[in-house]
Amino acid sequence: MTAGNGRNLSLHRFWAMMVKESIQMTRDRITLATMIIIPVMQLLLFGFAINTTPHNLPTAILMRENSDVGRSILAALQNTDFFEIRSVVTRSEEMDELLQSGEALFVVEIPEGFERAVRRGETPSLLVAADATDPVASSSALGALSGVVSTALSHDRQITFAEPSQPPFEIVQHRRYNPAGSSTLNIVPGLLGTILTMTLLIFTALAVTREIERGTMENLLSMPITPLEIMLGKIAPYVIIGLIQALIIIGAGIFVFEVPVLGDPLSLTAITLIFVVANLSIGYTFSTIASNQLQAVQMAMMFFLPNILLSGFMFPFAGMPNWAQWIGEALPLTHYIRVVRAIMLKGAGIAELGPDTAALAGLTFLAMLIAVRRFRRTLD
Amino acid sequence: MQPAAVENVIDVQHLTKSFDGRKVVDDLTMSVRKGRIHGFLGPNGSGKTTTIRMLCGLLTPDSGSGTCLGLDILTEAERIRRRVGYMTQRFSLYQDLSIRENLEFVARVYQLPAPRQKASEAIGRLGLKGRENQLAGELSGGWKQRLALGACILPEPALLLLDEPTAGVDPKARRDFWNEIHALAADGLSVLVSTHYMDEAERCHEIAYIAYGKLLAKGTVEEVIAGTGLRTWTVSGPEVHALQAELETLPAIDMIAPFGASLHVAGRDEEALAQAIHPFRSRPSLHWKRGQPTLEDAFIDLMRQSQDNFQ
Repeated sequence: MTAGNGRNLSLHRFWAMMVKESIQMTRDRITLATMIIIPVMQLLLFGFAINTTPHNLPTAILMRENSDVGRSILAALQNTDFFEIRSVVTRSEEMDELLQSGEALFVVEIPEGFERAVRRGETPSLLVAADATDPVASSSALGALSGVVSTALSHDRQITFAEPSQPPFEIVQHRRYNPAGSSTLNIVPGLLGTILTMTLLIFTALAVTREIERGTMENLLSMPITPLEIMLGKIAPYVIIGLIQALIIIGAGIFVFEVPVLGDPLSLTAITLIFVVANLSIGYTFSTIASNQLQAVQMAMMFFLPNILLSGFMFPFAGMPNWAQWIGEALPLTHYIRVVRAIMLKGAGIAELGPDTAALAGLTFLAMLIAVRRFRRTLD
Repeated sequence: MQPAAVENVIDVQHLTKSFDGRKVVDDLTMSVRKGRIHGFLGPNGSGKTTTIRMLCGLLTPDSGSGTCLGLDILTEAERIRRRVGYMTQRFSLYQDLSIRENLEFVARVYQLPAPRQKASEAIGRLGLKGRENQLAGELSGGWKQRLALGACILPEPALLLLDEPTAGVDPKARRDFWNEIHALAADGLSVLVSTHYMDEAERCHEIAYIAYGKLLAKGTVEEVIAGTGLRTWTVSGPEVHALQAELETLPAIDMIAPFGASLHVAGRDEEALAQAIHPFRSRPSLHWKRGQPTLEDAFIDLMRQSQDNFQ
């Protein structure tokens, strides 16, 4: 029964479906109201409430001198759980690149003449640049750094301390992107993604099963409309809703929590649009698999949980074991949170976030493909 | 390519469909002629709905083949959908859309030009002017059926498949519905309609009787009745209910059914039947009369026979 399936997409039929879905959506006043109220409530609730702790923080070393002290600090950092040394660089431009791209969240700079100064007992500065868009992760790492470096120096180099309680150096830290280390700045982009995921997933998860339960699917299937047209027509009205929700959350973030939007608003809109479509497609896919509305909601919930826990929203992504990170990479929210944090707090453009954007688009396409394939064209 | 003009709008052979190993439709061969109203009768669960769904491409037959409007039901379901109006047993328009919105949706999906105007015309035809913004879910059963039929014929299909369209509808609305069907057939539309009602079956040009997935009889009403070979007597009187119990034990009587204050007594062998009832004919309180078997007599007999075969 697949002859002609999806071969030609008719804009008329897509439009018919979209108009129908839009009317049905607006007719359900309570649901419509919840679509607007839920994001505001959750933003206020969690924006003031959430906090978190990392390890295996992606770290880079900026070696301005090639010295024994520098190497032993590097070795010491490698030996702790807190840091994971990703690269050792020599130029500050390279450091900037690493931070901007998110390759490193933390850079320890060993300045020129550090070893000499330590041996003379001059208490030189050890510079630390941290990506404070994830403030919880970076501040606990800063705390650990002092201890690790002191131990490294006393054990390996037999450097005597003038006063045992005072380390022979001081740590000068530079919090990048989020100078106040405010956890709210980090939470808002995360919440944006989480709230969108939850609400959008449920909307479309019910889309197909509702028609089956109300008995309207049989009629729909007997008409000349293709699965692709049905899917796009059902998703389209909620894209608008998703964008409105995003606008409300970002607006509240700016006015209530004073979160900056340093990057390009257009990039933010574009990535949000892709993310909204990704979630709607996944919800729709559940809808084609589930045989009733309850099952569909269950599936959405099962999908939602790893999104919260493994996406880097609640716990630092860097602290998770590899297999968990792989799962995280397969979730749209992970990529969206990265991109949104970078755009809002670091001022990065969408071009610099190519891999995450591509991953998001890929996941969207995959979900749509499964949904169209899974859609039962017959009642068999 | 337009399908060649065909005399038979439905022509299917040896259709078989099983669900979970249970044969719901078994080796069904049937045809429906153009411009005719074809009744599709049978007890609940006999496979009527499944057959109709196979005809319009909603179900894939396990085996068998055939055409609908000259199009192959196995490979050309997509094109069949455009030209067939299927009215489901359960009301399947959108209850949370208004009458107008439902009709406009159908018009747009079938890509009719000027969908708004098409919907307005349909509203006028249905006599729903002034109520067009009422939600479909708020309509009474009879109006729902009319609206569903209106939506079905909106894209001007060549064939209507109606699955128990008048179940749960009052007699007046049923009569109106059938008048509409006959008017449509007079305009050249072919109709396959499933029903439980005998009076509706008698309004059809031809009927097919199906039980346990097998086609048991087909033809005009007269042909189906004649095909059973039943000879019928009508007996009336004050004690007919007691009489029914006595008569049921006699092997020459194939079917016995009460009709108001009388009993229909029927048998296939005329002589054996006459002999069997002979002792009762002398009872003064009973009034015996030769009768014509009705369609209902025929169906009850067919159903009983098929039950015998399956037990």
